[in-house]
Amino acid sequence: MMRDEKGMMTPELRAEIDAILTASGNDGSKLVGILLDIQDIIPMHYIPEEVAYYLAEKLNVKVSNVYDVISFYASLYDRPRGQYPIQMCESIVCGVNDNGFVFATLQEMLGIGLNEATADGKYYLECVPCFGACDVAPAVRVNGKVYGHLNSREKIEAMLAELV
Amino acid sequence: MTKTVTFMTRNFNKYDVMSIDEYIAIGGFTALKRAITMDGEDIAREIAACQVKGRGGAAYDMGKKWSQARSEKNPEKVIVCNADEGEPCTFKDRTLIQNDPFNLLEGMIIAGYTMKAQNGYIYMREEYSHLRPILLNAIKQANEKGYLGKNILGVEGFDYQIHLYSGAGAYVCGEGTALVESIEGKAGRPRMKPPYIKQCGLYNLPTCVQNVESLSLVAGILNNGDTYKSYGPADCLGTKLVSVAGNVNRPGVYEIPFGMTVREIIYDLAGGVQGDRDIRLIQFGGASGKIAPASVLDTPYTYDDLKGAGVGVGSGAILVVDERTSVIDFLTTTQQFFSHESCGQCAPCREGNLHIKLLLQKVKAGTHTASDVKLLKQIAETMMITSLCGLGQAAQSALLAAMKHFPQTFEVK
Amino acid sequence: MAKINIKINNIPLEVEEGMTILQAAKLIQVDIPHLCYHPDQSVRGHCRVCSVEVVGGRKLMPACATKVWEGMEVFTNTKKVYDTQKLLLEMILANHKQECLTCQRNGNCELQNLSKRFNLTSPKLPNVVEKLPVENNATCIVRDLSKCVKCGRCAKACREFQGIEAISYTGRSSHFKVMSAFGENLEKTDCILCGQCTAACPVGALVEKDDTDKVYEALQDPTKHVIVQVAPAVRVALGDAFGMEKASIVTSKMVTALRRLGFDQVFDTNFAADVTIMEEGTELLDRVQNGGTLPMITSCSPGWINFMEKHYPDQLAHLSTTKSPQQIFGALSKTYYPKVSGIDAKDIVTVSIMPCTAKKYEAARPEMGRDGMKDVDIVLTTRELSRMIATAGFDFAELPDDDFDAPMGIGTGAGAIFGATGGVMEAALRTVYEVATGKELVKVEFNDVRGYEGIKESEVDLNGTKVRIAVAHGLKNARVIMDAVRAGKCDYTFIEIMACPGGCIGGGGQPIKTTVDIKKMRMDALYDIDESLPLRKSHENPQVKEVYDNFLGKPCGHLSHDLLHTTYQKVDKKYTF
Repeated sequence: MMRDEKGMMTPELRAEIDAILTASGNDGSKLVGILLDIQDIIPMHYIPEEVAYYLAEKLNVKVSNVYDVISFYASLYDRPRGQYPIQMCESIVCGVNDNGFVFATLQEMLGIGLNEATADGKYYLECVPCFGACDVAPAVRVNGKVYGHLNSREKIEAMLAELV
Repeated sequence: MTKTVTFMTRNFNKYDVMSIDEYIAIGGFTALKRAITMDGEDIAREIAACQVKGRGGAAYDMGKKWSQARSEKNPEKVIVCNADEGEPCTFKDRTLIQNDPFNLLEGMIIAGYTMKAQNGYIYMREEYSHLRPILLNAIKQANEKGYLGKNILGVEGFDYQIHLYSGAGAYVCGEGTALVESIEGKAGRPRMKPPYIKQCGLYNLPTCVQNVESLSLVAGILNNGDTYKSYGPADCLGTKLVSVAGNVNRPGVYEIPFGMTVREIIYDLAGGVQGDRDIRLIQFGGASGKIAPASVLDTPYTYDDLKGAGVGVGSGAILVVDERTSVIDFLTTTQQFFSHESCGQCAPCREGNLHIKLLLQKVKAGTHTASDVKLLKQIAETMMITSLCGLGQAAQSALLAAMKHFPQTFEVK
Repeated sequence: MAKINIKINNIPLEVEEGMTILQAAKLIQVDIPHLCYHPDQSVRGHCRVCSVEVVGGRKLMPACATKVWEGMEVFTNTKKVYDTQKLLLEMILANHKQECLTCQRNGNCELQNLSKRFNLTSPKLPNVVEKLPVENNATCIVRDLSKCVKCGRCAKACREFQGIEAISYTGRSSHFKVMSAFGENLEKTDCILCGQCTAACPVGALVEKDDTDKVYEALQDPTKHVIVQVAPAVRVALGDAFGMEKASIVTSKMVTALRRLGFDQVFDTNFAADVTIMEEGTELLDRVQNGGTLPMITSCSPGWINFMEKHYPDQLAHLSTTKSPQQIFGALSKTYYPKVSGIDAKDIVTVSIMPCTAKKYEAARPEMGRDGMKDVDIVLTTRELSRMIATAGFDFAELPDDDFDAPMGIGTGAGAIFGATGGVMEAALRTVYEVATGKELVKVEFNDVRGYEGIKESEVDLNGTKVRIAVAHGLKNARVIMDAVRAGKCDYTFIEIMACPGGCIGGGGQPIKTTVDIKKMRMDALYDIDESLPLRKSHENPQVKEVYDNFLGKPCGHLSHDLLHTTYQKVDKKYTF
């Protein structure tokens, strides 16, 4: 398991997290949404251990509960990913529309395997279940945005070109 | 495309979804205004008269559900709009939120009035995060115009607020009790039943969970119930949104009158199969739905007819798989989904999905024995009758149907 | 309760409404198989091994979670039920590290019993267990997640009894695990090492750290003088491990067993408990008279001390500085006892038999010793002692009687009741009353502080001064008290808190299958011991008088302070913000 060094919590990050907590009324019942919002602002799009402990303290919930939530939900991550995590749909609709081409092309173009990041930390490749873009299959999703009809090398290149 | 109808989709592309004024200008909130002049029981009765069944997958009689929710004595109640549309091949709720958010809100407000609830929660899957601004804006504008908040439309004591909550990538949260656990800030593992959420749900309050499509029907039915009833055969009135995808030429969401045949949906609406290939199988209702061979094509799309053909409406998804994909490849991909989505707390679903995945790998490799096939069936059936929630109970629907329709897939070599 | 009529396996019976199928089946002598169910915990219905057929239902119903209804017809004996239960068990077994012969729970494992019952001799499924490292570097508790059957009982014990939640559910699907946040080592989490999880675990995923080898080694060493003390709660629980009637009082057989195992002297922690009362009682009166921190709270329970140091570090001044009986005995065993016996302290090995896993941690604390020596060298739980007795091949129930040795072998009734919640309070009141009032206490029983209720309160009249007292057991209850103390919203003078539900009789090191009903029987047994003794007040203990007259001087005197009192320290959390 990826272990964090202490010191992730810079004063800037802490201020941003506090703002998210304030906006949700420091309400522990909003933990899922709070974690998603925090994950968005962390450059490598995950929840560092230190942040989980911080939330437990601020929201007065057990850190074991915070970790349970992080480890349960597939959209929450406890280890660093990348600046642009590319989520490739592995479900059936994209499956019958040759998502294998998307997997192979992206791995080849980026020179990384599944659940790996490029050396500069910019791209990260992962498989996810259906995100409801079946009408534009095969599709990927990057930081909330869907890119569909990726049935040619050109379209995949164009998608990557947008990620800057 | 003339075979589609526009009842639920009547407002699509008719107004700017970021503008409540435009929604009002095309007749928005007239159903709500009518509703507040009515007794809640009469509203439930009008819905019942239209034979509406819940569109989340369980197909529970909606009028009856509303009536039961009304009869709960607790002074505080909750409405939940289930927008956790997680079944693969299902994207009709996405389309409804994207194209007519105010109609959904209006349905939810009428539900709040009918059931005397104070709070409504929209639980939308994280995968639809791009739709959050649309809904947040709609809620904000509805508040500003007095359609939400205190004493709505001047009705003393009609206080109702709508909140937007996000899922975080968990299919199981589409199950009602898991959904309320998630809204409470916890991991979305289903609760044991009883107690049922209609009596003891979110924050232990009586909770009525309705699908996006169900709520999107409400305003239309209160305004034009007769139009709704003019669609479909006598025993299955109305219209339905279906999401058709897979190996079809025009994948998308279509509003159909009940009773249209599966062939018409696939060939006339969705443009037929890519490259005019033969159909290997069709799956109805998402990953937890059953599959059938092409012989199902002439079945009319109604609850009873589909059931008679061994499949079901489920989430409204219709997945067309052509001859390029083998049955076993289809099954292993579907199994991958459930192996990822089981919440893990109950043994049959957690362990069963694990073993079925391994056994399917053997079938795919052709190294399986007759006893493996027997075991596959036994595990699938055990999951169905012992799992704690609907996920585990339905996870092997496709496999069991495949064993029936495509026995050659499992033949021992 | 209304009665309703049901049928199980075609046998008609009238049962109380609200009963579960599992409970109702017991009435017709049927034990429906179950794994995640525990009678003292909330029911979650996760293992589904108790699935049975209910007429009219397509699905099977979990017997542990399904309440009976009028006219219900249940079948527990059909082929469908049998096949289903068996397959579920096989699946659970296939994801369990099967090192049964070398497992601490061999012969005492619920999964093992079920696989025997279902005759699982030819498994159809491949073993799919994930190889995970065993966490065995801890002082008290060893975790092996590869043996975990994911029943959740440990997590429920941690949450429902203790309110700690050091371990909880994590992940999902085949990655679903019951563990600490980020897989942290237990001792570094909020865990207070009470061991309730080890008592709740049906298998060997959570067990006490076994220290019996250290004891065997010491016993074999001719240069060592090995002495043992036994805590009050052990003598009413040890018999359970040998199939004796629950909560039998086995004090004298236990002494014989220890002597035959080779211990040079067999002493009684009850003696040290009496010393504890002398110190703690004096400390209380001193705090009351001289404006010390009040309320004063007992400090006998090491899980409770861990809890305070980790969770209420700002409230440590409330804790009595008096060491626990185990450590008082330990300190005297390395100072007073050498003086009396003429044996060099360096040659003495002090062993404790405790109902508790946290006692191992307490003994290992750096402050608990002197001159490079530990006061208590080795701590065994009741379970470990029962294993040593079994290894020796003693027919425990038939062992002859024997008595503890002098000079630390006499305990009063006050010392005896330390093992039950409320016992320390009652023992202290018996002494404090007489010291404070100068009058004889005729009725020694304080019934208000007895019993299983989570928080008990009372008021005692000490020479015209009303003193408010409270007793709590289980840390969930302790938290209620501590929040009030922290908020300054309580008027108690003296509080007793025990980490484990029921007190030490329900300790995390007690024999497996301890339930609330059994704990209540053990409590009764301790009060029976108390009543049967000629001396029931700590200050009347002749050996206690001797230790003060010949060695310590007076309670809370200079030497006492040195040997019998301690300090507490805040434990920093992993991250501080």
